[in-house]
Amino acid sequence: MSAVAPPAPPAAPRRSARDSSASWRWTDRLGLAFAWALGLLFLTVTAAIVLYMFVQGIRYVRPELFVTHPAAGVSEKASGGFLDPLLGTVIVALMAMVIAFPIGLGVGVWLSEYGNPSWLARLTESTIEMLAGSPSIVFALFGTLIFDQGALAFLSRTNDGVVYGRSFFAAAAMLSLIALPLIVANVREGLQAIPGHVREASYAVGKTRIATTRRVLLPAARPSVVTGAMLGVGRIIGDTSIIVVLLGATLRFNGANSIPLLGTLSGTGSTLTTFVYENAPTGEINQPEKAFAAGFVLLLMVLALNFAVDIAARRGRRWR
Amino acid sequence: MALAIRPHRASGGLLPDQRAELLLGALVCAVLLFVLALVVFVFREAWPSFAHNGLHWFGTGGNPDQQIQAIFTSTDLLRKPVYTFHAWPIVWATLLCTVGAVCLSFVAALFVAVFVVEFAPEWIRRILEPVVRLLASVPSVIFGLLGVLVLVPFIGQHVITDGNRRSVAYLVSLSGYSLLAGVLILSLMIAPLMIAVFSDGLRSVPRGWLEGSLGLGINRWRTFWKIGVRTARPALVAGTVLATARALGETVMLAMVTGGVAFAPNPSDGLIFFVEPTRPLAATILQTAEELSSPPMRHTIFAMAAVLLFSAAMLSLVGWAAKQPMKKYGVRA
Repeated sequence: MSAVAPPAPPAAPRRSARDSSASWRWTDRLGLAFAWALGLLFLTVTAAIVLYMFVQGIRYVRPELFVTHPAAGVSEKASGGFLDPLLGTVIVALMAMVIAFPIGLGVGVWLSEYGNPSWLARLTESTIEMLAGSPSIVFALFGTLIFDQGALAFLSRTNDGVVYGRSFFAAAAMLSLIALPLIVANVREGLQAIPGHVREASYAVGKTRIATTRRVLLPAARPSVVTGAMLGVGRIIGDTSIIVVLLGATLRFNGANSIPLLGTLSGTGSTLTTFVYENAPTGEINQPEKAFAAGFVLLLMVLALNFAVDIAARRGRRWR
Repeated sequence: MALAIRPHRASGGLLPDQRAELLLGALVCAVLLFVLALVVFVFREAWPSFAHNGLHWFGTGGNPDQQIQAIFTSTDLLRKPVYTFHAWPIVWATLLCTVGAVCLSFVAALFVAVFVVEFAPEWIRRILEPVVRLLASVPSVIFGLLGVLVLVPFIGQHVITDGNRRSVAYLVSLSGYSLLAGVLILSLMIAPLMIAVFSDGLRSVPRGWLEGSLGLGINRWRTFWKIGVRTARPALVAGTVLATARALGETVMLAMVTGGVAFAPNPSDGLIFFVEPTRPLAATILQTAEELSSPPMRHTIFAMAAVLLFSAAMLSLVGWAAKQPMKKYGVRA
């Protein structure tokens, strides 16, 4: 955005000799220098972090890490790979999105297209905003309250009538709460960016509001919906505290019973984030090389998601 | 019977459109009820701890780690449950980490945002914008890992001297896991959030105002600083609130780098203050979450969560209030 130049021809800002900062007062020059310095510092620090993670990742990632189960070992060689955490991340992201996406879509559509009565809409807005600002560890604690109820015993392991309350179901249900605000906000923004005459045209040919939303508005807003979903996935795979508290953070999948899929899903496990957490020097396993490898894979996943969001956002410029 | 031709009615005499609206409305109400249940149950579980301690819950006295131990073991032998808990060191650590990181990254983010919006050459801007988004989405555990393996050893070896170690050895051991590491990494984590909101606000300053100032012969920096930044003040507040909420709820990274002891860093220790270990609220919850099985401990943990939840709610209230004047300029943050 060429700031000062007139917007019509996208000319570069004028940088004549008169415009140079040599004639400014020293405080102004100091401010400008400070802005440059901090901007470049920010770039350098980010580049350093990403490069460091890449160097360490490439040093320690081995193909066999992706296909070996983790094991309790005292050395880097004996402690296996991160097959289970990798699968855990995928499972948790899928399950949480299965819960969060329809709900987020529904709430977003209601807020943008219906929003009646308006006090309910305003209440919903502020509630969603509060959800976005709440620490995820609070959700995790609330999850322990819900899922050790006897009625929900079939979703986790039971031991002498005591419901353990830690399972993929529990973790996914609470993780969906941290993805929800992102999905709602993006769906809503996408719908509101569509000009009103599109709706009016659809009403004019006799479509109802819900049909308009389903057949016209949502397809048009798909890039924002996709963006919201992917940001939600990014938030989910990056979360650690809910996984630590509600998934048990055991190294391997630890099924609750022997039913093939349900047993695993109602058992405990881990994801890449908890794998990194436990393998860091402060964790219980302390294998930093494994932590770097898993962290690198996690970072790659986040990068890929970011890239996908960029593409989706670029395709979403239709109405502007 | 021509009059009888009406749109097909669904059960209950509702049109499909009305049914859809009711269905979506019900979904929204369900979400609201769920959040209400969350708040109510967290506070209900927290109540015994507050009821036993009163306002001393936030006060000083004793070591919270020992108190947690006493609370946790108090139900082992069917003794009377213990609730005594004075969380000041933990609350103080939370305040220090949050305020420190927010102050640090507010200054940095403001200058970076001004730089991005107004002064950066095109190619730097094209790199900086995706970089900001990338940094905002890096999982906190990766920041924690880098902190533990890079920053903490650096502080332990090069910042802390043996003299420092000896001078506070009777209180706490200095190892590099410190407030300083926590604040530095936390400010790096919340800066992208601030930069994003700040630059949105700065971009929506009416161009005419800036051009008017430039036309009067005022230089670009002063124009942007005095008019751009001042007009975008509500965006600055909104971004700061958002970042504060994130800093307050940051759990894993702080649990990893701040040292994991409930020690209140003492400003009268001079510069050693910055390298003393500590542990904020969220990290305390994470590290004690395995002790939820003991009822008094559960109430204590939920009390900490309730404090966090209350602060987050208050913050979003402040954010809402700050956003009101922005509507005048058509700014959405």
